[in-house]
Amino acid sequence: MSHAQSHEHTPAAPAKLEGQAHPISVYLWIWGLLFVLSFFSYLVDYFHFQGFLRWSLILLFMFLKAGLIIAIFMHMAWERLALVYAILVPTCALLVLTGLMSLEGDYTFHTRGAYFAPAVQEAVKPH
Amino acid sequence: MAHDAATAPGTLEPGKGLQGFVADWSSDQRAFKKVPWGKAMMWIFLLSDTFVFASFLVSYMTVRMSTTVPWPNVSKVFSLTVAGQEVPLLLIAIMTFILISSSGTMAMAVKFGYQKDRRKTALLILATAAFGATFVGMQAFEWTKLIMEGVRPWGNPFGAAQFGSSFFMITGFHGFHVSVGVVFLLIMAAKVWRGKLDTEAPGFLTGRRGNYEMVEVMGLYWHFVDLVWVFIFAFFYLW
Repeated sequence: MSHAQSHEHTPAAPAKLEGQAHPISVYLWIWGLLFVLSFFSYLVDYFHFQGFLRWSLILLFMFLKAGLIIAIFMHMAWERLALVYAILVPTCALLVLTGLMSLEGDYTFHTRGAYFAPAVQEAVKPH
Repeated sequence: MAHDAATAPGTLEPGKGLQGFVADWSSDQRAFKKVPWGKAMMWIFLLSDTFVFASFLVSYMTVRMSTTVPWPNVSKVFSLTVAGQEVPLLLIAIMTFILISSSGTMAMAVKFGYQKDRRKTALLILATAAFGATFVGMQAFEWTKLIMEGVRPWGNPFGAAQFGSSFFMITGFHGFHVSVGVVFLLIMAAKVWRGKLDTEAPGFLTGRRGNYEMVEVMGLYWHFVDLVWVFIFAFFYLW
């Protein structure tokens, strides 16, 4: 009785640590999927896909692989939403940076074309 | 009038989903409930590292977009000649598979760690370190090959000068991360093997008591290294 009471009055223990426990088949499946996806993205280069098809496939396989690694291997799928948002939302700022810098890169390219046109023509030769 | 255990302050079971998210962030206790602080801190470190690598990749995008000189044919530059035939990106593909395999063994090491299977955990961490070391070795081979062919940070015989600086900067920083990871994996493997995590022995550097969460936190770093390679592979080698 007294034992039960003393237990009741113990201060809140630090958050109980919970290990991630998932069947090993989950990891083996993801491992296999990552292999397949990597192989596909390698094939994109091997078959010399060009233009829209090329970069859309590259991005597709890249995001699938990244998603699998983050969600399953890094256990993000089982984490609390507070942590998930704290990590994933700030990375959206990188999309803004990418957008700004692609505008900047484009501008620099055209400026170079306008002011150093001969150099551009000289440089463009087959390799 | 005893407190109901479920409503006593501090023992409240935190809510789930969106409600839990709002409750966690608006509470003045700890934001990441049920998340060991080591894991939360590792995630925040990885977030900052994400920005470092993203800066490299974005600057690579910028110089590649703005150069008026054709970009080298990456598929050709990184090809290997096997039996008289040129196979594009062969070494990079093998490196990719090796790094993915190391992530697989690491994930299983974390799993066996939580099952307190000391032997399997240590062996799987060692396998991870071996894969990582192989990766770095192949990267050293790749660097040597390119340097011998005249690729420098300020120029190269294949095309735009920015290729060299981007290549050495991005893969160099990534390779450094892998190397550091291998060192820490070896330390962790030794700790696990000696049973330091079972006996909760204090670590030699920080004095933190050993537990198997450390394996998961180590795993987070390692998976991140693999994750970064996914982006480097897509943007630098395939694009």
